Amino acid sequence: MSALIETEKLTRVLPETVPVTLVKDITLAINEREFVAVTGPSGSGKSSLLYLLGLLDRPTAGTLRIGGRDTEPMNERERARTRLSMLGFVFQFHFLLPEFTARENVEIPMRKLGRLARPQMRERAGELLSSLGLGEHLDKRPDQLSGGQRQRVAVARSLANDPPLILADEPTGSLDSKSSEQVFAILENLVRERGKTVVAVTHDLDMAARMDRRFHIVDGKIG
Amino acid sequence: MPLIFDIAITHIAGRGRQTLVAVIGVAVGVGFSIAMAALMQGGQDDFVRQLVDTMPHVDITDEQRTARRQPAEDAFATVAISGLRPRDDRRGIINPTAATSWLESWIPGRFATSLKTQGVIRYSSREVGAAIIGIEPERESGVSPIVGNFVEGSFSALSAGGNNVLIGDTMASRLGAGFGDTITAVSSEGLTRNFKIAGLFHTGTTARDEGEAYVLLKNAQILSARPNAINEIRIKLNDPNRAPAVAQRAEAELGYKAVAWQEANESILEALVVRNVIMYTVVGAIMLVAGFGIYNIISTITHEKARDIAIMKSLGFPESDMRRLFLLEGVVIGAAGSVLGGLLGVSMTYALSLVRFEIAATGQEMTQLPIAWSLMHYVIASAFALGSAAVAGYLPARRAARLNPVEIIRGAS
Repeated sequence: MSALIETEKLTRVLPETVPVTLVKDITLAINEREFVAVTGPSGSGKSSLLYLLGLLDRPTAGTLRIGGRDTEPMNERERARTRLSMLGFVFQFHFLLPEFTARENVEIPMRKLGRLARPQMRERAGELLSSLGLGEHLDKRPDQLSGGQRQRVAVARSLANDPPLILADEPTGSLDSKSSEQVFAILENLVRERGKTVVAVTHDLDMAARMDRRFHIVDGKIG
Repeated sequence: MPLIFDIAITHIAGRGRQTLVAVIGVAVGVGFSIAMAALMQGGQDDFVRQLVDTMPHVDITDEQRTARRQPAEDAFATVAISGLRPRDDRRGIINPTAATSWLESWIPGRFATSLKTQGVIRYSSREVGAAIIGIEPERESGVSPIVGNFVEGSFSALSAGGNNVLIGDTMASRLGAGFGDTITAVSSEGLTRNFKIAGLFHTGTTARDEGEAYVLLKNAQILSARPNAINEIRIKLNDPNRAPAVAQRAEAELGYKAVAWQEANESILEALVVRNVIMYTVVGAIMLVAGFGIYNIISTITHEKARDIAIMKSLGFPESDMRRLFLLEGVVIGAAGSVLGGLLGVSMTYALSLVRFEIAATGQEMTQLPIAWSLMHYVIASAFALGSAAVAGYLPARRAARLNPVEIIRGAS
């Protein structure tokens, strides 16, 4: 297996009056088709690491390669393009656009990328949502769905452009145990059946134990 | 529908009431600007039209722009000549037949020659100072402002020959004379001649109605003791805008002062330009106020949609898309306001065109508001609206584009 993500001494320091170190000297490699947990206490830098890996934030030192490509020289537009085509995000809260239906929310990344024709986008969005058990809720807006359903829509949206890497920040953090289990099963299925790489930040150590690998972060460093 | 446009429409439709207020703000601005421009342009056009209709487009008189050089100045190389007693030339356009033939060969319009002399009109014991103008009726009918403005008698009465005179109704009432009465004209040379009033005109121009008396050219020449003389050539052009060029050519060839209507009314035309500047400044101010309304709503949307901005950025929308999105929202509001404002402008302009009233106190009559229907008013008002909407949308859009998604996601988590 080849490394999909590689970091070397990745560091992020907030330039405050007293500089705050969020992530320090993290060196790791995550392969394709891996199901990886990032664990650690609150404020340890788990989410900060995920935002760096997802190109939402820039490191102050170190290197990050995604798909073998160094992200340092990328400008804002290239980083956005990489997020669009190679990465899928699932956050603790669903973060769906409230005015759009479930299907439209899933279509948005596809429309932005523009690889498919509109009817194909519509069909793919329907298939993705149906595969996650939301076939009867395609035309409902987020406020008409339960928490678990919204999170599943968010997972479907993260898969819209068929990215190789899914980054999940506490994907089950706001769900009840039944919904959490459903979402976990979906993420695991993405790795096992669809060949995706999933990196999930989680507090749930039992859940983390069921993943392929675990990185434990303490004070911004891998412990 | 393009994605960004789709999202923009969804955003502003989701804030129906505020959007409506902003759109109405722009529409009222555009509508009033259009109506005001129609009224002001109409007033200006009407004013210029009256100006152009009531005066010759080019007026050639027996004056010269600069003092003629004395023969002694040409004959001797001197620094200064003093004590000269210039010959007292007879006034008038020299060799009028040649001048009129030359004008006839190229003037794109009509012209009339005349002899104007100052004098007094007497009737009974009353006297009125007047310009006694000798004309050739056939030529005059093509340029004269009085031809179609007779309240009694007609212009053609002059063509019948004899000692007839045409005067304004105001002069007649000041003299106490009426149609058919015989008045006495006294020229500045001291000569007198009786004329029968063959027509009373009313042009609405006080100076003309009160101070001009038209007689045959021949009679005016006798009255002023200047046989065969003329001292004015008045030209009406098919295209009044060509007057400066025609005046320049005529002056260069004939050597007499030729004044185009634009030159004669330079200060008035300048005042009209200033008026237009003031008008468009007011339009700009109205649109600025409307722009604040748009700024307010776009600013509110970007504030409320901060989380959506973070989501879209995390999905892979670059900053330029965020800028375009909110700029587009401003422009959509501006465009909707422009369309609505255009309809409002049409309605208000139409309503103004229906207003009718009468002012006849000073001889200047006006029975309805002068209105100019011009597509340019709509284009300018809409351009102002879209411009201010774009600026109003751009400022919050730029701020939205710079939002750091991580801070927002952390804040929401």
